[in-house]
Amino acid sequence: MSAVEIRNLGKIFNAGSSNQVDALVDIDLSIASGEFVSLIGPSGCGKSTLLRLVANLLEPTSGDIAVNGKSAKQARLDQDYGMAFQQSGLFDWRTVVKNIELPLELKGWDKAKRRERALEMLELVKLADFAEHFPWQLSGGMQQRVAIARALAVHPQLLLMDEPFGALDEMTREHMQGELLSICRRTGSTVIFVTHSIPEAVYLSNRVVVMSPRPGRITKIVDVTIEGERTDATRDNAAFFAGITAVREALRGVEMSAHVRGIEDR
Amino acid sequence: MTATVTTPPRNSALKRRVRRVVLFVVSLLLVAVVWEVYKAIGPADGGKIFGWKLLPRSNDNAMPHIWEMLSRYADPELRGSSREIWRVVLAGAWFSFRLALVGFVLGTVLGLLLAVLMARFKVAERGILPYLVVSQTVPLIALAPLVVSWGGKLEIFGWEWPRWLSASVLGGFLAFFPVAVGGLRGLTSPPAASVELMNSYAASWTQTLFKLRFPSAVPFIVPALKLAASSAVIGVVVAEISTGLKGGIGRLIIEYAREATSDPAKVFTAVFGAALLGLAMSGFVTLADIYMMRNRPKEATT
Repeated sequence: MSAVEIRNLGKIFNAGSSNQVDALVDIDLSIASGEFVSLIGPSGCGKSTLLRLVANLLEPTSGDIAVNGKSAKQARLDQDYGMAFQQSGLFDWRTVVKNIELPLELKGWDKAKRRERALEMLELVKLADFAEHFPWQLSGGMQQRVAIARALAVHPQLLLMDEPFGALDEMTREHMQGELLSICRRTGSTVIFVTHSIPEAVYLSNRVVVMSPRPGRITKIVDVTIEGERTDATRDNAAFFAGITAVREALRGVEMSAHVRGIEDR
Repeated sequence: MTATVTTPPRNSALKRRVRRVVLFVVSLLLVAVVWEVYKAIGPADGGKIFGWKLLPRSNDNAMPHIWEMLSRYADPELRGSSREIWRVVLAGAWFSFRLALVGFVLGTVLGLLLAVLMARFKVAERGILPYLVVSQTVPLIALAPLVVSWGGKLEIFGWEWPRWLSASVLGGFLAFFPVAVGGLRGLTSPPAASVELMNSYAASWTQTLFKLRFPSAVPFIVPALKLAASSAVIGVVVAEISTGLKGGIGRLIIEYAREATSDPAKVFTAVFGAALLGLAMSGFVTLADIYMMRNRPKEATT
């Protein structure tokens, strides 16, 4: 069974009015369990919209989405996925550990159980010593790690990430990418990852979905074939560069046709 | 990566607090000095500047000496009475403080309920908010006798409406407004991303209210509570004066003001009592403020 199954998906904002936007048309995508898939494309190509549709934070105009074989809405109600955004979105008034407990609290877990799970998650993102700190006492990279721990707290099969490292500096970012991959290896999660960065997409993904705007659609899906475990050495690997070139080519096609900007070419 | 923001050592916070108290005392002394200096050099029967009557009279009737006012506290309230004025004023301030507190609580609860209602239903916001604004333009003096007469007719399951409660209700009538408006702003302040996060957890509206909206609203509600506290005091004192409720500081001000021609210093004792009442009330709210904001980023506190 595939983790996410998207068929004929379409999303139109402000349908019928003068500022109607065809955010997405004819999206078909099937994501296997345990797969890491990145969505990349210029601003306005609908990649974040696609992620929000999978998360059931938006309702599709047409077509359907199945997550773990259920409707997207049921998957949201069952907390089948965890989500992380560009802004960590931690609550200032809660300690780090209490932030991670939030989704468990909402599910009605008892206190001891959720504390245990939260500490376990903190261990996973290597922030065990900061449990009782407040988010504003941490650096941006640490905050983002807490946000990821929070997304993982319910042990979701699926992780939805919307440019989670977009606000971090380059070095922290590469470090976080490595951390994310090692976490995924341990948890076996399926990941849908929205990004602006080509190297990030290639480094992390099994497949990179290239999208183009107006109307938002999938133009190409690039398979990344890098042998073995991905480490820092992967960044010097020929297959890595081949992947970058392939994605860049695909995006160039987009750029030629649409005259758009917004891709970080680094 | 592992650098954390260290909180400044405790004693610097203590130093700041001490300095604040010292500054407060110094500013009080300064006002007293200015008062006495003007009294010494100002015209006894007032003065004109460019034909405008601007300079206040500085005679003993209009501006009694500070020590005159202070020494009055030790005098008995009435000739032959054994109760000194300081006892009477303090008792009056305490009486009004309790009424103001009840009004403050009533107003805060009502304000928060309205804020939640308006945050929940856009229709409610459009329907209620204009009336809230209008409600604050009704003069309290006009409203006071009405509330008292309504209260006098109320009897709920054998429980009779006490007269003092009308004063508290009027205090609450002034206090609820800043809380409702500040609360509404606060409850709608969380960024879309946070609301989306709660939705992704399939959180109910009530869960979002208590886990996200209320905590986010605290920095907005705290200054609103400060306004509400002083409004409650004003409401109660004005209500006491206009309804003739006995026992409070408002009544004392009226009584002592009647004696102003023979004993001008006496009324100031009650006025200072009212000021003390306001200070006590804002001190009370400041404690709540410190408690509620204890774990917030320090740059966000004012």
